[in-house]
Amino acid sequence: MSRRTTGLAIEAEGLTRSFGDTRALAGIDLQVPAGTVYGLLGPNGAGKTTAVRVLATLLRPDGGSARVFGHDVVTEADKVRSRVSLTGQYASVDEDLTGTENLVLLARLLGLRKPAARERAAALLAAFGLTEASDRQVKKYSGGMRRRIDIAASILNTPDLLFLDEPTTGLDPRSRNQVWEIVRAVVSHGTTVLLTTQYLDEADQLAGRIAVVDHGRVIAEGTPGELKSSIGSGTVHLRLRDPAQRPEAERVLREALDVPVQLAADPVALTARVGEAGTDLDASAQAARVLSDLARAGIVVDNFSLGQPSLDEVFLALTDHPAVPADAHDDELEAAR
Amino acid sequence: MSDTTTTTTERAPTVYVPSAEALATVLAPGSRPPRPSALAASLTFGWRAMLKIKHVPEQLFDVTAFPIIMVLMFTYLFGGALAGSPRDYLQFFLPGIMVTSVVMITMYTGVGLNTDIEKGIFDRFRTLPVWRPAALVGMIFGDVLRYILAAVVILGLGLVLGFRPEGGVVGVAVGIGLLVVFSFAFSWVWTFFGLILRSEKSVMGVSMMVLFPLTFLSNVFVEPSTMPGWLQAFVKVNPVTQLVAAIRGAMSGDSDPSATMWLLLWSAGFVLVFGTLTMYKYNRR
Repeated sequence: MSRRTTGLAIEAEGLTRSFGDTRALAGIDLQVPAGTVYGLLGPNGAGKTTAVRVLATLLRPDGGSARVFGHDVVTEADKVRSRVSLTGQYASVDEDLTGTENLVLLARLLGLRKPAARERAAALLAAFGLTEASDRQVKKYSGGMRRRIDIAASILNTPDLLFLDEPTTGLDPRSRNQVWEIVRAVVSHGTTVLLTTQYLDEADQLAGRIAVVDHGRVIAEGTPGELKSSIGSGTVHLRLRDPAQRPEAERVLREALDVPVQLAADPVALTARVGEAGTDLDASAQAARVLSDLARAGIVVDNFSLGQPSLDEVFLALTDHPAVPADAHDDELEAAR
Repeated sequence: MSDTTTTTTERAPTVYVPSAEALATVLAPGSRPPRPSALAASLTFGWRAMLKIKHVPEQLFDVTAFPIIMVLMFTYLFGGALAGSPRDYLQFFLPGIMVTSVVMITMYTGVGLNTDIEKGIFDRFRTLPVWRPAALVGMIFGDVLRYILAAVVILGLGLVLGFRPEGGVVGVAVGIGLLVVFSFAFSWVWTFFGLILRSEKSVMGVSMMVLFPLTFLSNVFVEPSTMPGWLQAFVKVNPVTQLVAAIRGAMSGDSDPSATMWLLLWSAGFVLVFGTLTMYKYNRR
């Protein structure tokens, strides 16, 4: 277990890559300690997938360099490949084949003989709760099952480094939790995980360190705690019954929290950050104060929620612009799948 | 495999809860087996092609129905006019239509590769530490079986319609063998286009532009002696012409060493040039 948990799993310096006029990577630097989960957080089109594809030897960088466990991803691609595995955003198993066939195929390609490959496939399917579906074509799997067979295929060779590109996008909450549990198990056995995500809470839940990526650059890096203390740990969302009371509500919020209040396009909605660094109360205590202050001012609140800052809010705090997909085409692609 | 409606709506009876112990057993780092040989890896990918045929048998339409239509259509369309009777024409025409059908089918290699790449499965294959061309070689191995099937279907139909090869079983087998060698080599043209073109539609478009002149401007349908000189010049260097001449020779028991040599040279050339281009693109996508 300890054979691979020392040093850096990934070191990247100034990685650049363009597709035509689009600059997908504008000089990414990364240092990923071995044996941890590292999160790449950013909106669609930020360059997360391109970065993963370069590090997984699928794409050559235009400039800069990257090493995985000390091996250069361009000149020593084969050495890198023997230690990594990738679960992409899209099908990384063959949809026409059954779960068993997919895993046996990959196990044989990794050098296992047929009986050993069958055994390995059966064990993985059992551990991922897919035994009953093992003889069904993958295209008939549900979204959560699909993700699980994808990940099972990726850990066939117990890789030292596992790339998970948006592993929970499009999954229901239960399937998402299952994936999280699997990621935790994988990393507890010494595999390093590089995870891309659009959700701050996912990165927060899983990652030891997070790099926030925007327009092909890392704009912030640190532990989830460090990041949150720079942007506030929570957000209150309010919906009022009467839009006419919004200016008054805004004033109450500003006085109670001493932060800027955002007015949403919806005329009854307001948003404000709580749990800012330097305030003496934690997020829930602040939220409680807001509610009682509003009640005292006679403002009727229809809907109140306290949550983690969304990716949009993180971006607003870090860059002063919301998380707009750099490339609208990317979104269309997402929608088409 | 046919009960699709019931399986998709079926609810999993128990909710999957990831268990740390179960995951621990599969996550224990085992010893890494040595990487498979180039041949073993290619054959494993070929096995994948077989499994796909098993699960999607409709894809065999291209290699069964299409060749049958080609044979029937042209035999009865041209037979009377060109050779007096369809039966007489068939003695000349069958090796040619066999080549035309199979060479046309080779383009599905490109279409299939393009679809696979689009879906994302090749991302996984390309991160595996195996001999790099294995995924493509294996894919073509699978296609070779389709070519053989098409050739056998055409031969069977030809025999029913009155084709009588003088070269006997050996001559016919050699002829089909030559066809398979050429088709394997020619498939690399399509892997290349499958990699560089955006969609399967564009692969089909390009392939039609290449395949129609290549198969029609040849000795498949008529003897080139009646054609204008400039056309004869093209027909003469066309690899399909050499292939048809070599197969006709083999099947009629009167082998054509010069055509056979040219055909083998062309085959080697296709693998060398388009195999190299394909791998260049494959590695740098």
